[in-house]
Amino acid sequence: MGIVAGGTYLPLHRLDRSRIGAALGTPGGAGTRTVAAADEDTTTLGVEAARNALAGLASDAMPERVLFATAEPAYLDKTNATTIHAALGLPVSVPAYDVGGAVRSAMGALRLADDATEPTLVVLAGLRTGLPGGADERDGGDGAVAFVVSVDTDAAQTRTLGWGAASVEFLERWRLPGETHSHQWEERFGEHAYVPLACDALANALNAAGTSADDLDHVVVTGVHPRAARTVARAIKVAPDKIADDLAASVGNTGAAHAGLLLAGVLEHATPRQKIAVLSIADGADAVVLETTEQLGRVVPRHTLVDQIGEGKPLDSYETFLTWRGFLEREPPRRPDPVAPAAPPSLRSEDWKFGFTGSACEACGEVHLPPARVCANCGAVDRMTPVRAADRAATIVTFTVDRLAYTPSPPLVAAVLDFDGGGRFQCALTDVDAGTVKIGDRVEMTFRRVDTAQKVHNYFWKARPLR
Amino acid sequence: MASRGIRDQVAVVGMGCTKFGEHWDRSADDLLVDAVGDAFASAGIEKADVDAYWVGTMGSGVSGLTLSRPLRVDYKPVTRVENMCATGSESFRNACYAVACGAFDVVMATGVEKLKDGGYSGLAMGSIPSDGTTSDLTAPALFSLLSPAYCKKYGVDPAEFKEVISRIAWKNHRNGALNPRAQFQKEVPIETIAASPLMAGNLGIFDCSGVSDGAAAAVIVRAEDASKYTDKPLFVKALSFVAGPASGVVDSSYDYTTFPEVVAAAEDAYQQAGITDPRAQLAMAEVHDCFTPTELVLMEDLGFAERGFAWKEELAGTFDLDGELPVNPDGGLKAFGHPIGASGLRMLFECWLQLREEAGVRQIKTVADGKKLALTHNLGGWPGECVSYVGVVGT
Repeated sequence: MGIVAGGTYLPLHRLDRSRIGAALGTPGGAGTRTVAAADEDTTTLGVEAARNALAGLASDAMPERVLFATAEPAYLDKTNATTIHAALGLPVSVPAYDVGGAVRSAMGALRLADDATEPTLVVLAGLRTGLPGGADERDGGDGAVAFVVSVDTDAAQTRTLGWGAASVEFLERWRLPGETHSHQWEERFGEHAYVPLACDALANALNAAGTSADDLDHVVVTGVHPRAARTVARAIKVAPDKIADDLAASVGNTGAAHAGLLLAGVLEHATPRQKIAVLSIADGADAVVLETTEQLGRVVPRHTLVDQIGEGKPLDSYETFLTWRGFLEREPPRRPDPVAPAAPPSLRSEDWKFGFTGSACEACGEVHLPPARVCANCGAVDRMTPVRAADRAATIVTFTVDRLAYTPSPPLVAAVLDFDGGGRFQCALTDVDAGTVKIGDRVEMTFRRVDTAQKVHNYFWKARPLR
Repeated sequence: MASRGIRDQVAVVGMGCTKFGEHWDRSADDLLVDAVGDAFASAGIEKADVDAYWVGTMGSGVSGLTLSRPLRVDYKPVTRVENMCATGSESFRNACYAVACGAFDVVMATGVEKLKDGGYSGLAMGSIPSDGTTSDLTAPALFSLLSPAYCKKYGVDPAEFKEVISRIAWKNHRNGALNPRAQFQKEVPIETIAASPLMAGNLGIFDCSGVSDGAAAAVIVRAEDASKYTDKPLFVKALSFVAGPASGVVDSSYDYTTFPEVVAAAEDAYQQAGITDPRAQLAMAEVHDCFTPTELVLMEDLGFAERGFAWKEELAGTFDLDGELPVNPDGGLKAFGHPIGASGLRMLFECWLQLREEAGVRQIKTVADGKKLALTHNLGGWPGECVSYVGVVGT
């Protein structure tokens, strides 16, 4: 697989598993799991991972197609990849597709990208939850990863040596549309079914690559069945120190994103000319064997996975986690219900709403956020050029904490921002401690789901403390 | 700004104003009928005498039928106007122009709002189909943006700033306690105000104007006809209204310590009225104290205090009922309440009472001292993006 660039995104918040045990009187477990904020979903997680991946990429190396895979899509029927495409400001001519709704779709998307003739952005996201007190809640995690995969071997940091797969139909983990949690057959059956399939898939990949397990420098083994993955990791006869940390202690299992997330982590410390196998266990198994090239490290994400793991912030309570997940309905403020964005104005302002693209006056240079036809400074009419401000930092001019407004995670913190390079905008802050905001603080933009009203997700940009 | 104005061309000869507050037993129709009836009685006229009506409301009615239906107006022009929180003043302004231009001899400006029926905390505005990208900050949050910016610019300690705005609320509650029409008629200790639960930023519940129901009305005639109706008419000296370019919210040169729209409206109004030193010449001012920091900033925007010094003037009592320039002697939006469409006319009603020396226990001394001008001010919108009205009446 010719990975030109990659990037990950872990939400800021961490739930200490002991808090689950303390709240519910169940075995909570050790370590932490990542938690998407109330304004994050798999689409927004994917956008942030993709922005991280594309940050260092030259403008002429931008992807020419987008594939998005998650088992927790924000919408069905409607494509979520188009939201990601819009948030990244990619050209209209770039196709964007969702790939299935199963964990296995993630490896499928990577394989499709590997076969593609155009540079392809593969975005994988997971937002994993089970019922309160269950293993899925405890061991799941939220996160996303994105890769730009290209046949351009000169630029690629890896090259594909071989793919392998094993597909069998059986009932192991499943969820009906609309359900909040998955069901699983008893654990021993899953192990029985998965272990030989996973070993077959890896053997197929090694065979296609013309290499052996002994030659591997790094091995990623993960999947929807943690016990099977652990057994497989022992069965494939690879030295334990070559098996990548599955991040269970810090992140949790991010489902569709997880194999890619672990691969991205491996690439952060691998060296050129190393062989890496990625084995994902989900409805069968998929494996790919890669080799790093001399280009490794040529394009680096703005935020490494290691850094993001270290930057995590403890969530104040398990009840907050339940609230953000929608499992604990809380009293709303005595305010009008939020109103869904209307489709025609949303389409008209696509570049603004999804791409955070304003305009700059050609006559005087004034930057307008949102874009305007008439310049607020010099009055020139229809002399504007687009300016994407999504990737510019900004400084807080003044701020407030709104304790009355509706928000899924009260209180609503908002600020007036002046952007580097010009432009002012007033918007909500996220991932911020309401008590510490001050004039002069530096912030950056992040793509979020503001709320969901009348069954419509309202996506827009917020600011968060500059990382 | 070039504005010819209609100084001394029209006069207010009768006014009515309901009590503001929670009128659970009254509809917007009832409130209008009451306020209009009082105005008729005040001017000594009846429905048949009025040639045209204006009714201001933000969300409690649509079209001229808002007034003509409850009043059973007989086939006469009724114009509904809306300009957010300046709606009542906008109703008055347009009615005055209709007389000044000679189209009508006797007109009535009315304003009404029924907010308590909505069941919301604070003000709720109707929503227009949108792309969902504007922030849904509440009014207290938007006006609280003034506080950090003012403190930063003028080096005011945030704790001291909180004392200043608490004192503004205390002053207006004290004035409101003397007013039988006010929504809140109790003095509130400054410590209670300062310790009230935070709504937004540094604004507690006592820093916010009262959400209320109410209506008010004014009868306007040609100045030369005024003596037929009353021996104490108020003459319109200035009517100024501006809608800002809303550039503060997009332009980095705006610093959130002023309302340029208010400055522009005041400049125009003072020019119309021939006012050169508002603090010395005005007997009083009714200003748009929707939130306490708003009143603070308005003292500077209206020229009542030097830039950066209004907070000291507030502490010194300059704008108290017995101060050099009484501000919001009727309790203001803070204590009298703020039914959007009625507020501008309510402010005019206080000028009506005070300049005629009919304000009873809260009668200000500046009128007896010979000052004959009173100012009313509204703003609609929020810092960076608003409309503003400044009017001056006098005897």
